[in-house]
Amino acid sequence: MSRPLAVTNVRLVDPASGYDGPGAVLIVEGVIADVARGQGLGSLSKDVEVMDGAGGLLLPGLVDIRVKTGEPGFETKETLKSAARAAAAGGVTTIVVQPDTHPVVDEPSVVDFILRRARDIELVKVLPAGAATKGCEGQRMAEIGLMAEAGCVYVTDADKPIVDSKVFRRVLAYAKAFGVLVAHRPADPWLSAGAAASEGEFASRMGLPSMPAAAEKIMLERDLALVELTGARLLVDQVTTATALEALKRGRDRGLPVVASTSINHLSFNEIDIGDYRTFCKLDPPLRSEDDRQAVIEAVASGLIQVIVSAHAPAPPEDKRLPYDEAAPGAVGLETLLPALLAFHHEGRIPLIDLIRTVTSAPADLLGLPSGRLAKGAPADLVLCNPNTPVVIDADKLTSKSKNSPFDGRRLQGKVLMTVADGRVVYRA
Amino acid sequence: MSAAPPGLNEVLQRTFSFPKRHFLSVLDLNEVEVANLLDLADGFVSLNRQTSKKLDLLKGRTLMNLFFENSTRTQSSFELAGKRLGADVVNMSPRQSSISKGETLIDTAVTLNAMQPDLLVVRHGSSGAASLLSQKVTCSVINAGDGQHEHPTQALLDALSMRRAFGRIAGLRVAICGDIAHSRVARSNVSLLQMLGAEVRLVGPPTLLPPQAERWGAAIHHDMRQGIAGCDVVMMLRLQLERMDGVMAPSQREYFRFFGLDREKLACAAPGVRVMHPGPMNRGVEIDSDVADDLAVSLIQDQVEMGVAARMAVLTSLAARLENDR
Repeated sequence: MSRPLAVTNVRLVDPASGYDGPGAVLIVEGVIADVARGQGLGSLSKDVEVMDGAGGLLLPGLVDIRVKTGEPGFETKETLKSAARAAAAGGVTTIVVQPDTHPVVDEPSVVDFILRRARDIELVKVLPAGAATKGCEGQRMAEIGLMAEAGCVYVTDADKPIVDSKVFRRVLAYAKAFGVLVAHRPADPWLSAGAAASEGEFASRMGLPSMPAAAEKIMLERDLALVELTGARLLVDQVTTATALEALKRGRDRGLPVVASTSINHLSFNEIDIGDYRTFCKLDPPLRSEDDRQAVIEAVASGLIQVIVSAHAPAPPEDKRLPYDEAAPGAVGLETLLPALLAFHHEGRIPLIDLIRTVTSAPADLLGLPSGRLAKGAPADLVLCNPNTPVVIDADKLTSKSKNSPFDGRRLQGKVLMTVADGRVVYRA
Repeated sequence: MSAAPPGLNEVLQRTFSFPKRHFLSVLDLNEVEVANLLDLADGFVSLNRQTSKKLDLLKGRTLMNLFFENSTRTQSSFELAGKRLGADVVNMSPRQSSISKGETLIDTAVTLNAMQPDLLVVRHGSSGAASLLSQKVTCSVINAGDGQHEHPTQALLDALSMRRAFGRIAGLRVAICGDIAHSRVARSNVSLLQMLGAEVRLVGPPTLLPPQAERWGAAIHHDMRQGIAGCDVVMMLRLQLERMDGVMAPSQREYFRFFGLDREKLACAAPGVRVMHPGPMNRGVEIDSDVADDLAVSLIQDQVEMGVAARMAVLTSLAARLENDR
């Protein structure tokens, strides 16, 4: 094991404990051995490597629970290794990879494969989400219990809604018995079929096939009813519209065990960013109206949405350099997540500690992970950054194997200086 | 080579610049540019009625027709326009040739671009396809229809037909009727006609009107008689038959009953009303033959004739901006 590392002279932001102030952290054997708040760490033994954080921001390593790679099956898009490198560069120390690979992660051996690969890569934590149904086809339940035993952290059919309400009810009820969280994409399959944009004036003028915001709300309302019926916990995968947020609020006010996420893209862009058919802005769910974007930001600020994800979805040029309706949806986001998030802090829209919570302790608590906090005994997953450094995002310079970033050319503030995962420095700027 | 008719000579000698490399969308144009294009097209109409129709304005230039969707009308219109201006014209139908086997749109375009065409006329089933191509090639790209987005030369030829029929466009009441949701012709026409000062109405069942069409600045009507009441021009759009079998409309006969243009409905329009259709027509579905074939009312044949002239005007204007030797 490497030498103990002390990171001193930093501003600690730890949403789990609510602490935001000066301090230092001591890492020993991959674990946070001490957190000093206000004062220094006291006298350190000589073998401790001391790093002066120079007043930087020290956060728990980010936990991104919705990441796609291309492995197994589509390695030209992204491998687990390239995704892990991108994550490290972005200050993300835990990624949860989606099951819609080839083969689909719908049985324990594929879960095991991913965990083994992650262990060999030895960068950030890579945790698999299992499929809720076999082949993500929405018809027959996958081996939820066995996959959970093998180490999958939740089940989901990723981008595909489970259309059959009976099947989804069974998935919820069954997963509940194993204590497994179910995530589900709220999208009415018929209203959203073939859609490349959000219904409204913009899509209408651009002649793009579109879906109404109601498509999200309809499926969310059904899901809430099934949560009520089964008592199972549900992660609503990416709420992006004002109308669905109203439904979500009603459900949460009734005390339903529902947690919602949204993506950094839907917080940062609206449909107009599609501009002249920019396929890097083609996402699933599609970018929404400015009113919807504002409602989503408000929902994060109010705590109605607890988790923010990068929705990292690599797509190589051959999938993106196509006419808009033929292009693959999705955007890479691991490396831009933190600076994009910090924009809301700089704008004064959302307090820093609340923003950081959505990508650290909130997702960690949701999945029952010990990381995502600066606490004695927690895994030493940390990110040191300067939140004020101006950066211009250059997609070509991203670590990710695919460069499809809608943030390309955007001016943001915030630079990751160092990422530590399980006590190992996995990235240094 | 023939002599240009006097009217055309006058326009050609007028110094007006068309500061565009591509012709992609009506929204890229301004009123002055449109007026100049229409004047130029007017001149080409006279030329096209001469025995000798050929000029050498595009001599040495190569025009490539790249039609990913079949279209006899538009493709031959561009072909004739190019040939009458003296260009070499090549027609490519990637669907039927080996050029597109597994190849992306951009690869196809880059391949063709390497053959050094000067003008690339593109029709594609996806909105934005022409714009995408224009970013990847060095020649001028002309949008001959991209998905459900735009068909700017159609709007230009429609404006030309209207201007010749009425002597003006400003102040005309134009009802665009039928499948507006899926129509690039409607989108281009709404933008152009509004720019030129016409009052545009959109008429059709709610299922065939685009979402938030009320924000296009055109009045929306679901009742055909009300919609065309007092209109100077009734522009019918083609409705694809497969959309009419209970999908967007319950049946052909129900559609014709409520939204098909016949004499009786047309009587609600202004006296001297003219009827237009971008073709090809579904007779007895969106338009009654009785109306379509009445030359006192129908501008449909004129539209086809104006198509060649309008495209000649576009090609000429673009070619004037092309570099002489790359």
